[in-house]
Amino acid sequence: MFIKQLSIFVENKFGRLEAIIDTIGKNGVNIRALSIADTTDFGILRVIVDDTEKAKKCLSDAGVVAKATDVIAVYIDDETGGLAKVLGYLTEEKISVEYMYAFLSRDTSKALMVVKADDEEAAEKALRLKGVEMLNPENL
Amino acid sequence: MAMWQPEYEALPRHELEKLQSERLVAQVKRMYEKVELFRKRMDEKGLKPSDIHGIEDLHKLPFSYKQDLRDYYPYGLFATPMSEIRRVHASSGTTGKQIVVGYTDNDLEMWADCFARMLIAVGADENSFVHVGYGLGLFTGGFGAHDGAIRIGATAIPISAGNTQRQIQTMIDFGSTVLCCTPSYAMYLGETIEEMGLKDKLSLKAGIFGAEPWTEEMRAQIEEKLNIKAYDIYGLSEIMGPGVSYECEYQCGMHVCEDHFIPEIIDPDTGEVKGPGEDGELVFTTITKEGFPLIRYRTRDICSLNYEPCKCGRTHVRMNKPHGRTDDMLIIRGVNVFPSQIEEVLLKVGGDVTPNYQIVVDRVNNNDTFEVKVEMSEELFSDGVKGIERVEKTISENLRSTLGIGPKVTLVNPKSIVRSEGKAKRIIDMRKLS
Ligand SMILES: [Zn+2]
Repeated sequence: MFIKQLSIFVENKFGRLEAIIDTIGKNGVNIRALSIADTTDFGILRVIVDDTEKAKKCLSDAGVVAKATDVIAVYIDDETGGLAKVLGYLTEEKISVEYMYAFLSRDTSKALMVVKADDEEAAEKALRLKGVEMLNPENL
Repeated sequence: MAMWQPEYEALPRHELEKLQSERLVAQVKRMYEKVELFRKRMDEKGLKPSDIHGIEDLHKLPFSYKQDLRDYYPYGLFATPMSEIRRVHASSGTTGKQIVVGYTDNDLEMWADCFARMLIAVGADENSFVHVGYGLGLFTGGFGAHDGAIRIGATAIPISAGNTQRQIQTMIDFGSTVLCCTPSYAMYLGETIEEMGLKDKLSLKAGIFGAEPWTEEMRAQIEEKLNIKAYDIYGLSEIMGPGVSYECEYQCGMHVCEDHFIPEIIDPDTGEVKGPGEDGELVFTTITKEGFPLIRYRTRDICSLNYEPCKCGRTHVRMNKPHGRTDDMLIIRGVNVFPSQIEEVLLKVGGDVTPNYQIVVDRVNNNDTFEVKVEMSEELFSDGVKGIERVEKTISENLRSTLGIGPKVTLVNPKSIVRSEGKAKRIIDMRKLS
């Protein structure tokens, strides 16, 4: 099960990040998860929002480049080794994780992790076959 | 290989240079008598016509400039009485007053011959239908092609520019075989013909395109869309109009009609003459023109000259396509940089769309800093840091190999480069401010 992630180009300039988040908020779109990858020259802001299309459009109108990509968000048991177990399934299939970040879960007994693998389709399949629970886009 | 005037086009170089020398000496003598501005400039340099013995003395002669044509508007630089001027042409230019040039009977003959050389080189003959889609008016484009077509005995179709539907209908009904127009219009015609599904109805074999800059990518597209071979032609109204130089069947640089025009490449800052193959400003001396002759005219176009023999057998030097104007040339760390070179690199990286860019030059501790800002776009953006860094690196490396110096490449937000009147400001040179 895939969910949509929005990747946003952030120019390395004072106030850019705030302006982007502000634009999303002002258009009534709710950010559910967020992570930033940055280099000395630029950053990539990755967000999971409740309305990807709307967010993409309002960003584009504001002159911001954003692209939607498919990612998976997996539920992790809130116990020691919970994450390691899930990552182990991927390693078994020789799938590498490019990045991941935490997600606010509405269910307090579980943690949610967004996982971007080098082969996202294979990762989704591997985890599905192992019975790992993934976030349904309808529950965003 | 067919030639229109093989006695000139394939003249061995030493004989060609002898002919050029004779013509140059006569031209300098005549202009010294007839053109006040030229006489004044010669006197200022302490030069007499008798000091000029041949082309080896060309570099001693004073330059002439576009501004001269404005200062002596309309007829102040003409070298014959107006009774001998048979036709005038004018161009408005992008700034200020229009300029006007005039042609005697001999000048018009010579022009027709130059264009005829090109027509023969691209395979035209008396059975050809030459579709003249350049404007037939004060602009020099149309008449050059028209007279050239008549000169070789072909059928001229003087349709002039505009009205695309009629152009296409005429092309099909009249059986046009050679298309003459601007490359951007050829592209537009090609696209329209493709959309209408009429490509098979065309009889076109060759296209002669000039009067504006175009790229090799455009050439490939035009050739594909119209199913022709597309040839480049160069000219400027101050010198003659289209036909000053042209591509032969090998499409490997434009042969300059050297029996009429002597080209030089100079350093635009110092005026020093540069060697074969070196880039610099193109300068022309007209050695046969009567009505409106010019000595060492600064075209402001940047290109280089190739004296290697051409496979076609023509001995006339080849100039490459001008790839910039001295007006917007930058000198960074002693290297000449043209925005057009940067555009070409970005076009390739951007997947056929040129992203908006800006060149920022500054001087820090007596060293030039050189930055190219490129606007981020959907085409260049990807989710991964590595992917974007790869884009930056590709741009930076390609620029380094093209320019000889490597700029810092910075990706910026779309539409963040300042525009004035819709046009992005391409160059910010802060060195001039200090
Ligand atoms: Zn040739």
